[in-house]
Amino acid sequence: MKIKPKVGVVSCSGECCGLGTLSRVATRLVLEELRSDQTVTICLPLFLAGETEENNFAKEHPTIAVDGCGKLCAKKAIAKYSKEPTTGVDVEALLKEWGVETPRSRRALDVDGVKTARRLAGLLADKVDEIMEAD
Amino acid sequence: MSKPILVIPCSGIGKPFGSISRDATFRVCDELRPGKADTLCLSLLVMGDDEARRRVASSKCITVDGCPLACARNNVERSGGRVVTEFRVMDLLRENRALKPRTVTFLDEDGEKLSKLLAEEIAAKVDELMEEAG
Repeated sequence: MKIKPKVGVVSCSGECCGLGTLSRVATRLVLEELRSDQTVTICLPLFLAGETEENNFAKEHPTIAVDGCGKLCAKKAIAKYSKEPTTGVDVEALLKEWGVETPRSRRALDVDGVKTARRLAGLLADKVDEIMEAD
Repeated sequence: MSKPILVIPCSGIGKPFGSISRDATFRVCDELRPGKADTLCLSLLVMGDDEARRRVASSKCITVDGCPLACARNNVERSGGRVVTEFRVMDLLRENRALKPRTVTFLDEDGEKLSKLLAEEIAAKVDELMEEAG
């Protein structure tokens, strides 16, 4: 049986707004609850500033870039320093599509924010499954 | 009024320490010292965004790092920023050994306590720097 590498779920750091918080929380929910055995992550700035070991992360793992806004730092960083992410999510665009408001607080998500984070995490988990099932 | 002090946390996502650094930063910027302290996305800075680089180059920066790799301090310095003070969550943990944060996504009680303590220290430093600036 072929052993597949874990999927790297890489969130933007997004400290400037609630969209970044949503991205990080959803990423953590995938790692901790939804697909804990199939996923890994890395701190984006460490990946960006890191050495060979960190740069190899996306070469060794198929990756999902989770970006809070249209600046797409995670997607661009993975592509620039390693290789193109397998897939990605622009959370800002996704919320518009869903008709959901951006969380007001970037420190602590309220009930609606957590609900949105769980919905986003579900979508990311589906993407993990798609990647694992490919080939 | 003087320019806000930039408080820049690491973007740690794998352990509670990164969450504490970020949570404390948000407490300072949004609750304790709004208008006097501000933050920015570390990833955006590391990606070389012109506006982010201009902001760190023209502001006094406080960095808040969750682990010894010091991504926040190193990246601010590499981007031409001036780090006037650095906080390390590890130092705070050593001073508060009874507190053992365990969760990452949503901070547990000990994580919240550490974040509050750290935020108070950062806020005091912001006041000091603002006073110096006049």
